[in-house]
Amino acid sequence: MKPILEVQHITKQFKIGAKQEGYLSLRDALSNPFRKKPETENTFLALDNVSFNVYPGESIGIIGRNGAGKSTLLKILSKITPPTSGKIISRGRVASLLEVGTGFHPELSGRENIYMNGSILGMKKHEINKHFDEIVDFSGVEKFLDTPLKRYSSGMQLRLAFAVAAYLEPEILIIDEVLAVGDAEFQKKCLGKMDEVSKSGRTVLFVSHNLGAVQQLCSNAILLNKGSLIAANKTPLIIEEYLNVSQKENGDFYSYGSKKVEIINFELLNHLKKISHDLFLGYPCSIFLKIKFRSNVSGLEIGVNIKDIYGDLLSHITSIDQNVVINGENGDEAEVEIKLNSVNFTPGAYKIDLFLLKNEMFHANLECLNFTVLDSDKTRRPSGFPTHVKFFTDCNWEIKNLVT
Amino acid sequence: MEYVIQAQNKFSLGLKELWSYRELFYFFTWRDVKVKYKQAALGIMWAILQPLVMMGMFTVIFSKALNVSSDGIPYPVFALSGLIIWNIFSNGLLNSANSMVANANIIKKIYFPRLIIPMSAVLTALVDFFFALIIYTIVLIYYRQEINIIKLCLYLPLSILITIVTTFGLGTFLAALNVKYRDFQYMLPFMIQFLLFANPVLYSTKSFSNPWINAIMRANPIASAIQLCRSVFTGQVVDWSAVGTGSAVAVLLLLIGVYTFRKTESYFADLV
Repeated sequence: MKPILEVQHITKQFKIGAKQEGYLSLRDALSNPFRKKPETENTFLALDNVSFNVYPGESIGIIGRNGAGKSTLLKILSKITPPTSGKIISRGRVASLLEVGTGFHPELSGRENIYMNGSILGMKKHEINKHFDEIVDFSGVEKFLDTPLKRYSSGMQLRLAFAVAAYLEPEILIIDEVLAVGDAEFQKKCLGKMDEVSKSGRTVLFVSHNLGAVQQLCSNAILLNKGSLIAANKTPLIIEEYLNVSQKENGDFYSYGSKKVEIINFELLNHLKKISHDLFLGYPCSIFLKIKFRSNVSGLEIGVNIKDIYGDLLSHITSIDQNVVINGENGDEAEVEIKLNSVNFTPGAYKIDLFLLKNEMFHANLECLNFTVLDSDKTRRPSGFPTHVKFFTDCNWEIKNLVT
Repeated sequence: MEYVIQAQNKFSLGLKELWSYRELFYFFTWRDVKVKYKQAALGIMWAILQPLVMMGMFTVIFSKALNVSSDGIPYPVFALSGLIIWNIFSNGLLNSANSMVANANIIKKIYFPRLIIPMSAVLTALVDFFFALIIYTIVLIYYRQEINIIKLCLYLPLSILITIVTTFGLGTFLAALNVKYRDFQYMLPFMIQFLLFANPVLYSTKSFSNPWINAIMRANPIASAIQLCRSVFTGQVVDWSAVGTGSAVAVLLLLIGVYTFRKTESYFADLV
């Protein structure tokens, strides 16, 4: 069987630097047409020699961190921007939902927007007519069909947008982050619809940060990192790989602040007080910080955010809550150990932000620590602790047998 | 259906693809017309009022105050016949030059032949024209103009065609340039103001005796279109050599416009 998509050595290069900021003005071009191009042009490879094949009926998940090149890849696949080199052979109609609701106009009514949006997405008028009732039904906005879109809530707009897109009938459907918004029930409906699409024999390319959804919908996945294809394999293997990549990249994080007090070192220690990124469910751990004062500060606040891999904040720890007072004079150094009595997050990957502040942000390290929680003897289930549950609650049981 | 996506290396007009997306012309035009008059109390009446008010204003200035010659027909009829053609051109040009930037959010997300955008923007102006025709007919009846039906059926469509081709040409050209250089956005309004007076909208082509100006007028497709539109009731003989040159220039403009647009089109999403 021939692949429906053959991606061959795709490279996309962007120019960066001052020229790229804002748009060009004619004056710049006219004032010095003979100006030599800068010797070394500042370029950036959004995609670097990426190749893979997709076979008809497959659903492929595309995962990778922000800036890995996922969106660029999808833009090239949907012909929005051309590759710098390499080529893609496509053997089917591609429709993309790079962002649902494209072409929606706030002044038009829901009905009018269904037609407008549908035709921009590549549907013929008779196709829209054919599915019109189903679209309205799926979106659940029938009461507001003749109301201008600007009066819709954002949830209603999203539902309408997804409903239109769901009735596209391309051979290859590209979906990007549509599940980021919408209420839980609607998200479930969307996932169901996408499942149906992929089961009907159409090919789906699905980009999402929601690893659970990727796992549910896609048999295979590819992993991108900094523009390169790291691996293409069965989804569970790729997800594992992804978590590994995220972990290895400690030291590459976003940091800001006035640095009046600075974090000069930080580590995560497991229950054996060893530096580790693997923590065990229900066991203690600690976060170790070394800070340096560059001015006199009294009442320094230290904050820790614990987030899941989607960036959702799960827990926040601060020295204020525990009535810890930290003072220091210019030049002082201090070692801080925050002991967590037990790790109660369920098995999976997590990230940590660290903050030093007092009225102003002294130093913030965002997502500077990654850790994985592993199953432990605290739970005795043979299948492991369920991963769709967020928290594990450590508790003691007492059972009295009542003798009758 | 098999196709290849790669860096553009050879030039094509992409007419086949344009045809397969023909419904989008309708939807973009329809959307722009709808949205344009959506929150206006008078709605589409504006398409009628605008040329009417302009006609009144120019009649007072040019006919009453300056006594400009109007080829022997009532000045309001003369001015309106020029204005309806002029409005297709000026509105179409403004719409299409800004169209790529105005639709940036769509361009960045979904692929379809980009030429549809500036072309539909011109068609939007054409819709206004058909409404203006209503008031034009009323004015013609009011001034009891004799209309030659055969000429009307031949000359008016030809006149519209020349105008549309010219506007497509310049419009797509400016739309492509505007993506890269926003300067055109600022330049265009006063360029159009200048062109209004450079075209025989409000005065007769016969006003000039300078051979240079006459040569320019002959090559000017909009002047030809206006001349054709007027000859329907003035009974003047059409200067077919001028119409021929004007049409040739219109086609040339179209080729330049579409060529420039197609050449730069693939990078719009990165630039806009």
